[in-house]
Amino acid sequence: MALRALLTRKTLASAPRLGGAAAAASFRGLQTSSLPDLPYDYGALQPAISGEIMQLHHQKHHQAYVTNYNKALEQLHDAMGKGDAPAVVKLQSAIKFNGGGHVNHSIFWKNLAPIQEGGGEPPKGSLGWAIDDHFQSLDALVQKMNAEGAALQGSGWVWLGVDKELKKLVVETTSNQDPLVTKGPSLIPLIGIDVWEHAYYLQYKNVRPDYLKNIWKVINWKYASEVYEKECP
Amino acid sequence: MATAAASSTAPLSNAFLPRLGPNGGAKSTRSLQWAKNQRQRSSPRRFGAAVITAKFELKPPPYPLNALEPHMSQNTLSFHWGKHHRGYVDNLNKQIAGTELESKSLEDIIIQTYNKGDLLPPFNNAAQIWNHDFFWESMKPGGGGKPSGELLKLIERDFGSFEKLCEELRSAAATQFGSGWAWLAFNPRPSDGKELLVVKSPNAVNPLVLGYIPILTIDVWEHAYYLDFQNRRPDYISIFLEKLVSWEGVGAKLAVAKSQAA
Repeated sequence: MALRALLTRKTLASAPRLGGAAAAASFRGLQTSSLPDLPYDYGALQPAISGEIMQLHHQKHHQAYVTNYNKALEQLHDAMGKGDAPAVVKLQSAIKFNGGGHVNHSIFWKNLAPIQEGGGEPPKGSLGWAIDDHFQSLDALVQKMNAEGAALQGSGWVWLGVDKELKKLVVETTSNQDPLVTKGPSLIPLIGIDVWEHAYYLQYKNVRPDYLKNIWKVINWKYASEVYEKECP
Repeated sequence: MATAAASSTAPLSNAFLPRLGPNGGAKSTRSLQWAKNQRQRSSPRRFGAAVITAKFELKPPPYPLNALEPHMSQNTLSFHWGKHHRGYVDNLNKQIAGTELESKSLEDIIIQTYNKGDLLPPFNNAAQIWNHDFFWESMKPGGGGKPSGELLKLIERDFGSFEKLCEELRSAAATQFGSGWAWLAFNPRPSDGKELLVVKSPNAVNPLVLGYIPILTIDVWEHAYYLDFQNRRPDYISIFLEKLVSWEGVGAKLAVAKSQAA
């Protein structure tokens, strides 16, 4: 039975599938996750982000988070079944790291789009107006996110989010793979920019500000608007 | 390697060896030489003021930038030392200019701005200068092999074997999530009798703030290995242990740490 479960998981993990972070396999009643497909080719975001980076970032880094998240979930499942509270608590950091990595990167791929598919086109409609209201201009928002992203020490993310209770836009940063919700339970991510060095180093080396300046050329505002309109109809 | 500029006022308080007296106190000449060269400051006296201000300078590694090829490329060294390490030095100097930190030693700045974990802005730059100086010293061309002498004795006593130590170092370095460092450190006041321990730390934190004395470090920020190894951090760690680590340097630092603690 263990062998069959292993085969099932491996096959599902390697099968290309669209659709995001949702469960892709289940064995012994446990829903595990799989690596979502990118809706564009690895090279489609050049020259803002190189194809080499996109491939490593997706196939190696994101895949590792998925693999380790699934492993941690399995161990958690076992620990819960045995009523092993210390083990349950000990697994929380692995789940936060790897589950957070999976959640964050799944959003990130949707935050990006090739220029031919609208990448870089400024937001229209209600999100565009909300940005002007809260930040005075799109340019001011971009400057703010770039400043906070550049100043982040170590690894992490810079976010544009919406507080679904207060109906307010916010700019936040999180460390490591902490999802935006760790900064506020009612925060919904609209755009996340990965500032871990693996996101830019091969192309931009130590010059994170250049990466931040250039990534806006491929930011998918259409997706961000959809999410915003859902939370603030 | 440039020598420390003579400062007529501040004692030669050393970033790595806070309790050393003016003569170093270290038994081995080599470690004294190493200790003496740790700090480089130019010390322009401010005209008319009683305060001596000094800028930190970027210290080069104790070997040319291509000397660790092919295990750590010149390309990596040129960015890691020439851009990242240099950036920390430039930024710290800017941050402390005109503040009371300006007259302090690097180690004092680190402890003060660590602020018991509630980090003040200069901490990241100050600690990263120290950490990178230490990292270059932890490696040498033709490195690897095994430790010997007193160091090996303590390793076998506190870890069981050299292999077990390597296992712990690999594990710490591989599991430090995000940016950070893995260390072999000397504990001057061990509650369990074990003077050597492996520690991992996030971002710029180093064992000094925990009261330990580092004797070896591996940088596991992605910039340390990404150009040569991309995502393959475990491969980088293996190469570090097999081909780069300077056990002689570690032994020298251990001798100094022990003489300090005695």
